[in-house]
Amino acid sequence: MNGGHDLGGMHGLGPIEIEADEPLFHAPWERRVFALTLAMGARGEWNIDMSRHARENRDPVDYLSSSYYEIWLKGLEVLLQERGLVTPEEIAARMAALATDREAAV
Amino acid sequence: MSGQHDDPPLSELDLRVRALESLLVEKGLVDPAALDLLIDTYETKVGPKNGAKVVAKAWCDPAYRTRLLADAGAAIAELGFTGRQGEDMVVLENTDEVHNMVVCTLCSCYPWPVLGLPPVWYKSAPYRARAVSDPRGVLAEFGVALPADREIRVWDSTAEVRYLVLPQRPAGSEDLSEADLAELVTRDSMIGVGLPLNPGKTAADAS
Repeated sequence: MNGGHDLGGMHGLGPIEIEADEPLFHAPWERRVFALTLAMGARGEWNIDMSRHARENRDPVDYLSSSYYEIWLKGLEVLLQERGLVTPEEIAARMAALATDREAAV
Repeated sequence: MSGQHDDPPLSELDLRVRALESLLVEKGLVDPAALDLLIDTYETKVGPKNGAKVVAKAWCDPAYRTRLLADAGAAIAELGFTGRQGEDMVVLENTDEVHNMVVCTLCSCYPWPVLGLPPVWYKSAPYRARAVSDPRGVLAEFGVALPADREIRVWDSTAEVRYLVLPQRPAGSEDLSEADLAELVTRDSMIGVGLPLNPGKTAADAS
């Protein structure tokens, strides 16, 4: 699939930002997205090509302006929604509940 | 409500991920203990030290080197390094004639069992764009200058095939043990954007 992710040879993207002593994750939520994606992937409801497609099948502006693990999160939500496992409405409701009470329904 | 008024507000992304995790746990789709185990595995057990052991063994043991170049997956598994994102491995040997360098232009494909998770720059748009069009310029950004007549081969990883560069053994390392040699093998030298350290130098000196 052609798209915003197909970056080989593209001009104008600037210098490579090399971070010394880089941590494996840059925020606690990145850890959780990584683990959720691997754990759900291991259930066998989709394969690596389907999860790649879910991440990459988006507007190039969206793709290029999202951080790496943001794209993983968006892809995972698409895969869950497609299979009726978790709906956007459920996520919105749970976010609202957690915003007022961090321990809500956990 | 329960004495948490002093906690800073959660970021939108933090909130979103917590919401998703709590829903997946509630529905019985993920086990929180399994999530913690996955994170611990990649934070503490899997990383470039694994790849360094493979390289050092290849430098010391010609028969192992031959096996590694012929069937990388099997030779790497001999050292106990197996698992996801390393199912189909190819090892690329640097020589006086050829320098190999690895990228994933489409995504972030990387040999997890031997190198761990990729650094941000490897997944970033600038590296993915220019590694294939201007490898010498990219190497210069990493502080690597190769002889002008050295051929540079850039390998674009796929979801299936993952590459590990076998760098050249540094001059002056003839008397070092395999364990000491492994200390010279940097992550970047196994991606092909760096060279191994020289004997007598440590990673701390290089950074």
